[in-house]
Amino acid sequence: MKKLIDGPDAVVADALRGMAAAHPGLRVDVERRIVTRTDAPRQGKVGLVSGGGSGHEPLHIGLVGLGMLDAACPGEVFTSPVPDQIQAATAAVDGGQGVLHVVKNYTGDVLNFQMAAELAGDDGVDVATVLVNDDVAVEDSTHTAGRRGTGATLFVEKIAGALAEDGAALKEVTAAGKEVVERSRSFGVALTPCTVPAAGRPGFELGDDEIELGVGIHGEPGRERGPMRGAAEIVDVAMSAINDDMPLQGDLLVMVNGMGGTPLSELYVVFADVERWLSGRARITRSLVGNYVTSLDMTGCSITVCLLTPQLTQLWDEPVNTPGLRWGC
Amino acid sequence: MADEFDAGIAREWVRVIAVRVSEQATYLGELDGAIGDGDHGGNLDRGFAAAVGKLDRTTDSAREVLTATGGALISAVGGASGPLYGTYFRKLARALPEHGGASAAELGAALQVGVDGVRALGGAAEGDKTMVDALVPAAAAFAETATDGLPAAAVAAAEAARRGADATVPLRARKGRASYLGERSEGHLDPGAASSALVLAALAEVVGG
Repeated sequence: MKKLIDGPDAVVADALRGMAAAHPGLRVDVERRIVTRTDAPRQGKVGLVSGGGSGHEPLHIGLVGLGMLDAACPGEVFTSPVPDQIQAATAAVDGGQGVLHVVKNYTGDVLNFQMAAELAGDDGVDVATVLVNDDVAVEDSTHTAGRRGTGATLFVEKIAGALAEDGAALKEVTAAGKEVVERSRSFGVALTPCTVPAAGRPGFELGDDEIELGVGIHGEPGRERGPMRGAAEIVDVAMSAINDDMPLQGDLLVMVNGMGGTPLSELYVVFADVERWLSGRARITRSLVGNYVTSLDMTGCSITVCLLTPQLTQLWDEPVNTPGLRWGC
Repeated sequence: MADEFDAGIAREWVRVIAVRVSEQATYLGELDGAIGDGDHGGNLDRGFAAAVGKLDRTTDSAREVLTATGGALISAVGGASGPLYGTYFRKLARALPEHGGASAAELGAALQVGVDGVRALGGAAEGDKTMVDALVPAAAAFAETATDGLPAAAVAAAEAARRGADATVPLRARKGRASYLGERSEGHLDPGAASSALVLAALAEVVGG
């Protein structure tokens, strides 16, 4: 294992120390593992809190700031945060209008946020939750834990965050988050596995000519393992899976997201193939290409599509100022 | 040989779990690596080490000892196993007498309350290839043999948990991260059921069966 670390067990804390040093606009509590906006809590504004295992940066800690999250709670690498940590973050950003938890649908995240919401409720904070489950690679049935939350999490945080910034009530912010979830789908592909620092070796194995189609953001397997092929063919598998689940039409927000180890040039190759695939069916009116919901050093990409409405487009365009996403200010 | 599950035994149970989990951490991680993300051993090791650090050394109430253990697990583990094991110990503890220790029958009933709490929180049923597959038969075996005394009941529970865990091998996971594997989860021992078997084995070890 070759990694730029000062010890496998200190990665999360060391990275938080770096964030604190690099971004004075954020308040970073390394001990309690909570990143908040320096102006939190803002009286009269709904607070947005998310969190999850570390290793997906900039999600979530790099998406704290104006127009997006008020706080993020990073867990150990690929392990959800704990209830008291989430409860403390929730209390820190409650400006009297309640707090929205944005939760990716993984059993650990769901259980810890559920416990935290109960604790925060005991503290008198009004908490609502948006569960993100956009990954079409997993069958949503009683035989699984349900669809995983992946790239659409960023869409929810941006759009719900903009609405909260505008002063909307918790009910409206929550409804907008749920609308984004309903209108978004994702599909991921891994070319090589990722290595959790504490484990020291890859979490799964892929042959030189093999790819994992429908991979999750921790390297969990998806639909099938198949032979390596060109980008256009991979895009066809991903876009067909998304389109089969949610017919694509009208104006789209499309994110081509790198898993952490993929060159940006390849992500643009993929984006060009996505655009070609969509021609005649729908129009990409907003786009994002880069590393946003990563899986450590995995190579590969995920594609996330949201069916836009005029209101969602407007909220997407509103100013955002975070380490990982910034425009309009 | 102990006749009563008292605070001292409760503390010793948590200490022995921590030792056994630490010894088996790599093994649990490998089981998890096959059908999950490989962190089960490390997470539980961190959690039970924290639980030992939070042991109430002064109380004579087994209930208070295990309530603190549940809280420590919830605060230190993360993932799904933190809330699930934390809930197991907290619910179990709440079912014990408020003061002092518990009889074998009372502990048997409490083990059942603990697993009910796990099922309610995680939504898993028997056969879903989770820790429930070890904890349910363990609670049943303990309750059935409670009249034979604490040591015999604890041994019966440990054996039932081990058999329950072993029986998860051919199952297809329906809960947790392993469920994403579908049929590829078959043929593997469930790491949560395996760690639950360790927890019950530690109880048998402590009460001297």
